[in-house]
Amino acid sequence: MKKRFLTKIVSGISAVVLATGALTGCGSSDSSTTTANNADEQVSESVDTTENTDTAEETSANYRTLDEIKESGVINIGVFSDKSPFGYVDENGDYQGYDVYLAERIGEDLGVEINYVSTEAASRIEYLQTGKVDIILANFTVTEERAEEVDFALPYMNVALGVISHDDNVVTSLDDLTEDDEIIVISGTTAETYLEKEYPDIKLQKYDAYAEAKTAFENRNGIAWANDNTEVIAFSIENEGYEVGIPSLGSADTIAPAVTKGNETLLDWLNEELVSLGNENFFHADYEATLLETYGSEYEDTLVIENTELP
Amino acid sequence: MQLMGIELLLKGNNFLRMLSGLWVAVRISLVSVILSIGLGLIVGALMTVQNKVIKTVMRLYLEIVRIMPQMVLLFIVYFGTTRVFGINIEAELSAIIVFTFWGTAEMGDLVRGALISIPRHQYESAEALGLSKLQTYLYVILPQTLRRLIPLSINLITRMIKTTSLVMMIGIVEVLKVTQQIIEANRRTSPNAAFGMFATVFMMYFIVCWPISLLSKHLEKRWSDR
Repeated sequence: MKKRFLTKIVSGISAVVLATGALTGCGSSDSSTTTANNADEQVSESVDTTENTDTAEETSANYRTLDEIKESGVINIGVFSDKSPFGYVDENGDYQGYDVYLAERIGEDLGVEINYVSTEAASRIEYLQTGKVDIILANFTVTEERAEEVDFALPYMNVALGVISHDDNVVTSLDDLTEDDEIIVISGTTAETYLEKEYPDIKLQKYDAYAEAKTAFENRNGIAWANDNTEVIAFSIENEGYEVGIPSLGSADTIAPAVTKGNETLLDWLNEELVSLGNENFFHADYEATLLETYGSEYEDTLVIENTELP
Repeated sequence: MQLMGIELLLKGNNFLRMLSGLWVAVRISLVSVILSIGLGLIVGALMTVQNKVIKTVMRLYLEIVRIMPQMVLLFIVYFGTTRVFGINIEAELSAIIVFTFWGTAEMGDLVRGALISIPRHQYESAEALGLSKLQTYLYVILPQTLRRLIPLSINLITRMIKTTSLVMMIGIVEVLKVTQQIIEANRRTSPNAAFGMFATVFMMYFIVCWPISLLSKHLEKRWSDR
């Protein structure tokens, strides 16, 4: 008993330490994610060795089923509180944004109060795995690695990369670049990884912070700037003299709500909800209420996903 | 734009939100500091004990605290306990546990340093006067230790107040997080608000930490006169 207790502590601690390590090193998370997974397996192994009743307790403590949420009258939803216009807090202290608009509707349709939890990009998976939130609606991009840790519902938004340039010299295709042309990227973003992998010949100018990349681009240190397409579209609308030559580049990713792995009842309810919302064009209304000001109507159909059938 | 973001303070409840965020940070650090000082005095005394087992345990404790980043500790207490034991500790309580765990070790080490810096003859003179061990500690050693401790512990306390900004990682919305929220929510209308807003945060931290430093100066002076 004592030994089992010890292995639990040790593997638990190492899981958290490794996970934190993996999270802080966002960019090259491949190897560290696998080690974190190993540590997780150790945890589940040591859980498995305990009696059956014990295991049942552990799993039920992991997440709340749909009925348990309804019974408690409160749903915990993890959102960003500083990522305008997706999830942010307005001057009255109320949560607002594209993700929050959906969260409000979910709370309404479930007939429960919403307890918003302010999450950071690095802690989103951890929140779900410990059941401290029921749903994450924090601009959560669906990836294969993440899908092994959490369960994603149907997507409600598209994301891809975009390339913006000065409007007197617009780059519309990355194949047209000459040898001297350099592309500006922010280190650690998907734009950097994508370009390095798919276009190894293009010279990249890397900057650590958004503000540095912005200044470099404005001063024409590079011919174009590659970033998330939502970012570059917003930039071209906010600032005069720029044009998004390539609005959608690379693998098209999606953003979806996520629940704790194995929380079937909540996941099924969410998928049905998303389909019924899709049938009433809910996300177009959401876009018009929250994103239109930032991205303009031009990109509405590119960004929004309305689901019409269950997976 | 000329105001560099200060005008955002007057928008809606923004200033009130920042103040309540500041109160969250101060509340967490205040409770942790009080607990750390109390426990630190005990731990510090234990660190001077000549028992090998106690010494090793204390050494290990101090090393763990020094090596582990506070953020890792926060994750272990907030998420790790739920993951491994299924215990759900409130975010704010987790923060207090972590900061107390950290503060006690650092404080203990300061107390240890202060204790061993008291010259041997103070103990011997007290004994010669016929004071008991407890009396020696209470009336001779502790007052001198405290005086030596003040400048060092003020440094620790202000460091703890500033480190509370990490608690945003476990979902606690404190002053720095509120500031980021305000800057982001107004990114389009006041893109240069960051400077003014962070300057305001600077003033807030200063207003909290400065009286502590004043108090320490005052205490140091008063106690050295005696």
